[in-house]
This record gives sequence, C-alpha cells and structure tokens, in this order.
Amino acid sequence: MTEFDPTRRQLLKASAIAAGGAVAVGRLAPEAEAAAVGQVKQLEVPVAVNILLRVNGTDHQVMLDPRTTLLDALRERLHLTGSKKGCDQGQCGACTVIVDGRRITSCLTLAVMQEGHEITTIEGLGTPKNLHPMQAAFIKHDGYQCGFCTPGQICSAVAMLEEIKAGAPSHVTGDLTQPPKATPAEFRERMSGNLCRCGAYSNIQEAIAEVAGVKS
Amino acid sequence: MKSFTYERANSPAEAAAAAARTQGAKFIAGGTNLLDLMKLQIETPTHLIDVNDLALDRIEPTPDGGLRIGALARNSDLAADARVRRDYGVLSRALLAGASGQLRNQATTAGNLLQRTRCPYFYDTNQPCNKRRPGSGCGAIGGYSRLHAIVGVSDACIATHPSDMAVAMRVLDAKVETIQPNGSVRTIPIADFHRLPGNTPHLENALQPGELITAVTLPKPTGGTHIYRKVRDRASYAFALISVAAVIQRDGNGHVALGGVAHKPWRVEAAERTMPDGAKAVVTEMLSAARTTQDNAFKVLLVERTLASVLAEAKG
Repeated sequence: MTEFDPTRRQLLKASAIAAGGAVAVGRLAPEAEAAAVGQVKQLEVPVAVNILLRVNGTDHQVMLDPRTTLLDALRERLHLTGSKKGCDQGQCGACTVIVDGRRITSCLTLAVMQEGHEITTIEGLGTPKNLHPMQAAFIKHDGYQCGFCTPGQICSAVAMLEEIKAGAPSHVTGDLTQPPKATPAEFRERMSGNLCRCGAYSNIQEAIAEVAGVKS
Repeated sequence: MKSFTYERANSPAEAAAAAARTQGAKFIAGGTNLLDLMKLQIETPTHLIDVNDLALDRIEPTPDGGLRIGALARNSDLAADARVRRDYGVLSRALLAGASGQLRNQATTAGNLLQRTRCPYFYDTNQPCNKRRPGSGCGAIGGYSRLHAIVGVSDACIATHPSDMAVAMRVLDAKVETIQPNGSVRTIPIADFHRLPGNTPHLENALQPGELITAVTLPKPTGGTHIYRKVRDRASYAFALISVAAVIQRDGNGHVALGGVAHKPWRVEAAERTMPDGAKAVVTEMLSAARTTQDNAFKVLLVERTLASVLAEAKG
C-alpha cells in the first residue's frame, strides 16, 4: 500500500499544479496577449504606509499596503499564524482576535485602522507551557477536531465571558434591565459568530462552562 | 481589492470637506460591510477617510428628554446602554438580533444605517444588478427571490434593507443628524432617510456627496411594551426573513415597523390606528400595495402571524 500514498500536503501541491496548468491552457496566443497588454492602462502602484502595530504587548513597525487587513498583517507580516483565515468575510469567526479587550473579526478591519490599539491574538493568551485557562479547558474537553477554528473560538470565548461579566445583554437575555446570567444558553447565543465545521460545539460549550464555573 | 489611499480625519467638518474634495472617497468606521464589499470589488473607493478618531461615540441625553447616539457608538455598546435597555428596549433587542458578537463590537450606528443589501444578485458580480451597475437589469426579478422585498418594490429592484437596528429606529421616530462639506448641519427624519428603489436603486438614502452622519437622536421615551421579533432561517446570526418592531401601549394602541420586506424599514402610520383590532387589520393596510413573487409570497402571512404573536405577548 506504499506505492500510492500521497500525504495531504503533496496532494494539495499536485492539485495546485493541475490548476496552474488549466490557467496556462486558457491563456491567449502570444500575439493576442501582447495586443491585450498594449490596451491595459498602467496599473496604479499602491502607496505603502508605515505603521506601528502593538500585538501581544510588543510593538512592530511594519510597512504595508493600506489594503492589508489586520488578519493578513498578523499572519503574513508578523508570522502570527494562530489567527486563521476561514471565510475572509466575517462569517466564520476563525480570525477572531481581541482589540482593546473586545473580540473582533480581524479579516474585516484594516491593519492601518488598528494603529494605536492593543491587539491580542491566540499567541498572546497563552503558551504551550503556560496555557490560558480557556486553552486548557478546550484540551481537557476535546473542544475541537481539526483545530482550524480553535484559536478564534478561544479568543472569542475569553472575550465573551468578559462581556457577560461587564453586564452586556444578548439576544437570549430575558430581562434587559437586569445583568445577564452566565448560562449555557447565553454562551451558545454569544458564540454564534464562531463556526466549527467539525461540529465540536458541545465540547466547546463544556470547556466554556468550566472556565465560567457553571454546569454545562 | 482595488488600491486606495488612506487618511484619518480629525474633525467631522474636516472629514466631510475631504470627502467632497476627493473623488471616489468613502468614509470608513467599523468597516464590516464596506471592506467585505471592497474585497469583492463591488465597492471600489479610491480614498478612505477613517472617521474612528472623531469622538462621535458618546450616548447622551438631549435637552427634551430624549437620547443622542453618536454616529460611532458601536452596536454592542448601544445595545448594552442602560438607558436604551430601560427606555428603548426595542432598539436593544433589534441590535442584539443582528450579526454576531464580533461584528457588533465593530459595527457603528451610522454604518448600520448605511449598510447595503444582502441580495445575492448584488453580491454576485457575474449577475445583472441595477444597484451595483445601473441599467444592467435585475437578476432577482424572475430569479430566486425568497429573501426579497414584497412592498415598495420597482421593476428595477426588489432588494431589502438588511438592518435590524434601522427598523427599531423607525418605530421610535429617530432622527439622523449630519454635517455637510460646507460645515452646515441638518436633521433628517428616519422616515425620509432611506429611499425606495424606483428607477434609481443605486441611490439608497438622502445623504448628499460628502455628507457625514454625526448622530442619531431618539425622542423622549413613550413607555409601553417594546418587542422586536425577528424570524430567520437560523436561531442566531442570520438576516431576517421578516421582522416586527413594536412599541405597544396598555390600551392596545402602538407603533409597528417591519424589516425584511422592503428597501427601507417599512412603517405605515395610518395602519396603526387599527392596532386594537388585531394583526390582520394592521397588516392588510401596511401591505396593501404588496407585490410578491412566487418565492416570497409567504412573507405576507408570516408578517401577519408574527405581529399577532407580538400583540399577544404585549397583552401578557
């Protein structure tokens, strides 16, 4: 069975080559391509901006295209690849980070807009030797399968519990004039911006409940 | 994403002047809708004016007993404000029924009013859309239109306005305060803020080029029972099929506005006289001009049943 045993990575590489091939086939004949190029206006060169990003307590001076999202700046420039790019349109929550204590989707904000703010990523919450209680609880309760959504889930969950502590209501809060209670129903509603395609939701809920000190 | 230049504005007047001066400029606040559309090249601003430093995030009482909500107040902060929770519960409820915790932390009051439709034909650049490319036609008319508008529609567009917050503001008779590029200010009643599509669905509101929203004001609280009932395909984090925002007094009178049915929050003040007669009378008048498709005709009955449920809840 070892003759054809491609690893997942090799398979991805192979399909990328195949996709590249399809593009090459679709290309114009050289003379037609030259004519097309002649008609194309000179592309505008983006003006790079120099900004200071404060991430996990460390300042980083980076020069980047203003189009760079916070997520791309974290991953591609600062090599903090814990935050994941799932949908890149704010629907999946895999890119959730904490800015000035509040959870946001880092794919829907520009890095230049976050200059002067305190950004915390999963790398800043804990380390393998010194886990954040939420990280430890996710491991204990097996709150993941493939792990892709996990950094976003954990950042979201940590900030979400703070929102309840601060008294912020949710869609399922009964009486708006009273502080919300930390209940599994509240956790579920408040975590709806974090999708898990493996369906580890019930274990994620148990992990959150443990950190919050309530029964799941 | 198309290339753009970026600046941070220091005052509302300066921001408005800069926007009028620079062709292709847009304001950015939360960015949750604009950046999404920029990635798809549906929005292609050449210059972004970041308004986040304008200190327009305060929520403060007005001299006449109402509330003035800064344009930059984040959706989550507005929903959590003690005065809003106590006196304008329908607004808190509407905000909390929209988006996700992360998005509500970013999205602003003004940005929420200005968010663009979620019509799939608007989002798909391979499809015709009079809103995205005026004159190209409407893919939704004759297409898949389950999510689309049933009232106030035109032959050019049947898109809905996606906001929950705006529906609550409509039922509360909110007013939108703005500053113009020449420095003058004006107040636009929420009823006149959003436009119906007509032949110009790409023009969605009453703002002039460069005009910047600075605040939304709410009149003095009217009491009553505040209810926002949103019906959607998922229990959380989904746009409305329809929604009902209602403020109902003990005698059965009250105000009602609908979301998910039109190009703007839908309210028919004349229909509110029939509130004590029940949901059917109100909805018949509110939706008398309805023009449904095979896919979305269910919304008429859904509105009626949802309002009936809301009225029953208000009675207690």
